[in-house]
Amino acid sequence: MSYKLQFAELLPYWNVLLQGLIFTIVLTVVSTVAGIAVGTAGASARTFGPVWLGRIVAVYVELIRNTPFIVQLFFIFFGLPALGLKLSETTAAFLAMVINLGAYSTEIIRAGIEAVPKGHIEAGLSLAMTKWEVLRRIVLNQAFRKIYPALSSQIIIVMLGSAVVSQISAEDLTYAANFVASRNFRNFEVYLLAALAYLVLAMLTRSLLRALGRVIFKAR
Amino acid sequence: MLQFSFWDILSNLLIATQWTIVLSLIAFVCGGIVGLALLFMRTSRIPALEWFTKVYIEFFQGTPLLMQLFLFFFGIALFGFEVSPWTAATLALTFWTSAFLTEVWRGCVESIPKGQWEASSSLALSYIEQMRYVILPQASRIAVAPTVGFSVQVIKGTALASIIGFVELTKAGTMLNNATFRPFLVYSLVALIYFCLCFPLSWWAKKIEGRLNVAR
Amino acid sequence: MSLVSIRDVRKSFGANEVLKGVSLDIAKGDVVAIIGRSGSGKSTLLRCINGLETYQSGSIIADGIEVGGASTNLRELRRHVGMVFQQFNLFPHLTAAENVMLAPTVVNKVSKAEARATAAEVLAKVGLSEKMDAYPSELSGGQQQRVAIARSLAMRPKVLLCDEITSALDPELVNEVLRVVEQLAREGMTLILVTHEMRFARDVGTKLVFMHHGKVHEEGVPKEVFAAPRTPELQQFVGQVG
Repeated sequence: MSYKLQFAELLPYWNVLLQGLIFTIVLTVVSTVAGIAVGTAGASARTFGPVWLGRIVAVYVELIRNTPFIVQLFFIFFGLPALGLKLSETTAAFLAMVINLGAYSTEIIRAGIEAVPKGHIEAGLSLAMTKWEVLRRIVLNQAFRKIYPALSSQIIIVMLGSAVVSQISAEDLTYAANFVASRNFRNFEVYLLAALAYLVLAMLTRSLLRALGRVIFKAR
Repeated sequence: MLQFSFWDILSNLLIATQWTIVLSLIAFVCGGIVGLALLFMRTSRIPALEWFTKVYIEFFQGTPLLMQLFLFFFGIALFGFEVSPWTAATLALTFWTSAFLTEVWRGCVESIPKGQWEASSSLALSYIEQMRYVILPQASRIAVAPTVGFSVQVIKGTALASIIGFVELTKAGTMLNNATFRPFLVYSLVALIYFCLCFPLSWWAKKIEGRLNVAR
Repeated sequence: MSLVSIRDVRKSFGANEVLKGVSLDIAKGDVVAIIGRSGSGKSTLLRCINGLETYQSGSIIADGIEVGGASTNLRELRRHVGMVFQQFNLFPHLTAAENVMLAPTVVNKVSKAEARATAAEVLAKVGLSEKMDAYPSELSGGQQQRVAIARSLAMRPKVLLCDEITSALDPELVNEVLRVVEQLAREGMTLILVTHEMRFARDVGTKLVFMHHGKVHEEGVPKEVFAAPRTPELQQFVGQVG
């Protein structure tokens, strides 16, 4: 009953945990950048592209949004090699994250694009801007301003969801925690520490994104 | 060696799907009840209660669900209780769900005009009576769409219970994969079953939301 | 003895002091019209009387209850002090009758049947007998405001606070609401109104209070005050709105 928490026993493993933390941060940053790129392309294709392309994007988005991330990860890591596509743990983890965030950000960005008044597009075109210029300078600019908070929270959700990549032995923070637990059997202590590390990471990411938003969208 | 036909794989997955559904329902219902209690605390304007719910929500929204599962699984054991994956998964998913639902519902409560609070205050209604008769009946109309939408997250969340050894759809998929060595087929089917569970709910949530926007 | 007694009440929103020592006595049966520019503190004063706003110093005693006390039973106070708002604030998910029945059934534990009889009576009083089962969205602004008045009346208040109750209405709907208030005044209801309707204040009011910069700047019998304002501020105000 009177169990004493012993965090001191985690000390010898600080190095392992730190490496895991760094992996998680890199994984999040890379998949955020690549995922938003995928999302921007997907959203543009859905709203301005040909119908057949829009349909494909819609199927992609719904498939990802309506299945668990862990199943997507297992499909990529265990399933694709059957088709001759063998990926390392790390590559599979990054790929799954990008695909996942790409689908969510497609949907978020699309909502932002649809909120841009049609008149603004027409105004841009009538100022002799090309379709690309209108998309980049008028539509996407306004869309991102509007959906930035939603996109920010999705990034944090995906970051927290990344804990699952430990299940294919990608060496993230959760993997490190599992490793330490298997060595010193202080399961609760190490998972509590890892959970708090994620919590701090989530809070830091939130403030960082907020600050970044203020810089990017300084006007207005 | 035991041979698995396509139908063997599918029927085993479908049997396990029942547990995904049961776990989802329990987590959603219990999470909803806890969430409602938290909602009352969060909007009570009693500083200690608000502070507690804020910390609670911050923790369950700011840490991975997987960590929460581990913490419940190993944490309760510290007190000398035998913890089954079933108990740990139910508890973790309930608390996790409640944190998100509380935030979703708080947004709905806060979208009700201040005048509704003032008018009901002036009629001598207590806080609980205001919530019960004036605020929640209005807020619940707006809350349906995001709540149904969140149920999809709950179903997907139950997949993580597989990691602590709870045999539901994802765990069954892993076990079948180990037995059959047909990962592409097995995980395709697993994904497809999740899709069949989640997509109708997503679609319904979107439909309700659209209808509500038209009605305004 | 006064029904509502306000003594040197001070209230600030942050650094901005909106009530700078207001004192006022209101007797049973008084119809008090509070006028003044926006920002003069008149609405805040009204909202202090039933505890919707707190104040930092002074005292308000309404129907024998000290409003600002730490342990004040606001529920008991509000059972006897009704309030009608500028924006009506009807409950949109309830019909007119249900709006009126809510507080009697929930707060006073009156039976549904009895509450419905009361609702029929007060809705008849405001001329809306045929609208009992209509939802607020099906009513005009003037009708909604009359339901709001009926909703307060159902609690049999000793004082009714009216906060610019015609300001959100289209001009042609103002009179139907004012007629209801006038009838209440004639029946002896104690009313405290923040209003911009100067003619109504003069003709129906028994007491006029002109607020300026968070203070009672001038008060008296409406007809006399309007005929001969003593302070330049009121002269100017009457000149602008009258």
